[in-house]
Amino acid sequence: MSDSTSTPGIPDPEGAANVIDTDYEIGQDNIEASVGPFNLDIHNPVFVISGLSIVAFVFLTLAFQTEVGPIFDALRKWLTSNLDWFFILSGNIFVLVCFALILTPLGNVRIGGKEAEPDYSYFGWFAMLFAAGMGIGLMFFGVLEPVYHMAFSEPIGIASPYDADGNLIPENVAAAKAMGMAATIFHWGLHPWAIYAVVALALALFSFNKGLPLTMRSVFYPIFGERTWGWPGHIVDILAVFATLFGLATSLGFGAQQANAGLEFVFGIPVSNTAQIILILGITAVALVSVMRGLDGGVKVLSEINMAIAALLLVFVILAGPTATLVSDFVSNLAAYGREVIPLSMPFGREDDGFRQGWTAFYWAWWISWSPFVGMFIARVSRGRTVREFVICVLIIPTFVSVIWMTAFGGTAIEQVIANGSDSQVHQYVIASYSPELSLFGMLADLPLASITSFIAIVLVIVFFVTSSDSGSLVIDTITAGGKVDAPVSQRVFWCTFEGLVAIALLLGGGLGALQAMAVSTGFPFTIVLLLACYAIFKGLRDEPR
Amino acid sequence: MFNKVFIPIDLQHAEKLEKAISVGTQLAKSGNLPVVFAAVTSAAPGAVAHTPDEFRSKLNSFATQQAEQHGVITSGHAVFVHDPSVELESALLNAIRETKSDLVVMATHIPHLSDHVWPSNGGRIASHADVSVFLVR
Repeated sequence: MSDSTSTPGIPDPEGAANVIDTDYEIGQDNIEASVGPFNLDIHNPVFVISGLSIVAFVFLTLAFQTEVGPIFDALRKWLTSNLDWFFILSGNIFVLVCFALILTPLGNVRIGGKEAEPDYSYFGWFAMLFAAGMGIGLMFFGVLEPVYHMAFSEPIGIASPYDADGNLIPENVAAAKAMGMAATIFHWGLHPWAIYAVVALALALFSFNKGLPLTMRSVFYPIFGERTWGWPGHIVDILAVFATLFGLATSLGFGAQQANAGLEFVFGIPVSNTAQIILILGITAVALVSVMRGLDGGVKVLSEINMAIAALLLVFVILAGPTATLVSDFVSNLAAYGREVIPLSMPFGREDDGFRQGWTAFYWAWWISWSPFVGMFIARVSRGRTVREFVICVLIIPTFVSVIWMTAFGGTAIEQVIANGSDSQVHQYVIASYSPELSLFGMLADLPLASITSFIAIVLVIVFFVTSSDSGSLVIDTITAGGKVDAPVSQRVFWCTFEGLVAIALLLGGGLGALQAMAVSTGFPFTIVLLLACYAIFKGLRDEPR
Repeated sequence: MFNKVFIPIDLQHAEKLEKAISVGTQLAKSGNLPVVFAAVTSAAPGAVAHTPDEFRSKLNSFATQQAEQHGVITSGHAVFVHDPSVELESALLNAIRETKSDLVVMATHIPHLSDHVWPSNGGRIASHADVSVFLVR
């Protein structure tokens, strides 16, 4: 006496997929309880250990700042100085894995089953993955890095266009400019996106095709088997929560300082703890509304708004800047990146320690420490794409967007520096003194309508933080709920608020730098996780129907 | 008086919904009405099922079991959304319209203070549905 109905608009049917046969039931280790009017559905022990140890770390860092800060900083420096080759080599492996996935028949596998339909349109999908992945970084480094690398870094031995007294050496300019752009694009191009793609694909595959929970530990199933659900898996998930929360909270703290610096530069609002706390509270409040409205009603809408504003700013800079030069620079920068990507990727036999260790290895550790967060978020919104489509969209298209962005912002800034010398504001904030948080505003100040565009830039910085904060809170909530994506809303509210409070505590008490160094240091264990994930991806894809 | 009874269920906690199911199926039986058991979930693996197909299959099994137990005609209606924690009510309201149901029987909790800022699912459905809603406490 029963029949079944299906709902129009849902991905129906999903078709063949090779589900892993495990006795583990998602949520079996969870504790369901009520605290007052709020329901809880939390993984035991991941939620409790993550929450308590984050509180302990914040407390210890605040209490023993002078002792703890140098330890974390020394750890990060040791890792990026002594294991730079490991990070760089691993980054290359991730790029090669991605290209192999595009070029081999494994790329035909569809995430979510052979007949799964994409959950999101290309624009909505791309907006979300870009806003979560690196939007805020492009705002901060879009001007700083090209100018800095051109002037100071001397990647793979390319000479600076400035002599010891700061005078321009015209014959060095062209090569230094090309290398400055190539080196910047190298840090924001294929390699970081390959890191995200590997994590996201591994998670999406083992969740949507293999039926395992959407948490970091699932990637380990081909290696650890049923032990994945025990302590090895708990540790991976706790580390992922750690890296995500500290990464987000410290970025939020620094972001508030940068936004405050921008507000002072543009509107004369003085830099103060009060202003920064108001900014953090504001960002957290908007992020709270966003997470309560959910993926479609909050995160996606904000990400799309973000992309639209960013596109407007980009178009303005291209039109108001040296347009013809930028258009031709786009091609030459792409060519420079293509030419230099292999020399810049070499892990051995180089003498540019400052650039290789201080920038590249640091970036790779940074991207990798963010990869559980960004990867999990990308995985969650990527169901229904083929592996090839997924990798092209996560790897190639963002790289092109980065090239366009860096060409427009960095190219305009370099033109200003070369043409106007010490009269240019970028020269003042990047070359004469080092005030990285003002580099973007310096570039905009030398273009028309500076007040308006600087205000838009500040809004964009703030909204990019909101989109990182809301998507990060969703990710932490899912991990600490044992992979359940339908945990009570109060839990995501808790994590979003907690992140804001940690940021405020670190801002007031000091320790933002120390805990950010610790978050970056988690890049090392996660590099090993990612290398194992590459193996797991191939093993998992081999069994999937194509 | 009515044409179809709509009972939202949570397959993970079906035992907690016995009272609502019992009321709903009794009403259906008295009016010889079909019953739709609706469940909202995400396409990601969850506590109930690893895949959407498995979820549909479990929901249909549940509906069949209820049909045999209560002697009514039943069907399962699975709804997949991106973020079930916040899209539950809108998904149920859509499902009520799509299944052309005109009587909703739904379990809900005893009201407490937090309902003023964070209303219960049942409360929201009763506020926004354009059909009759019977909330069972």
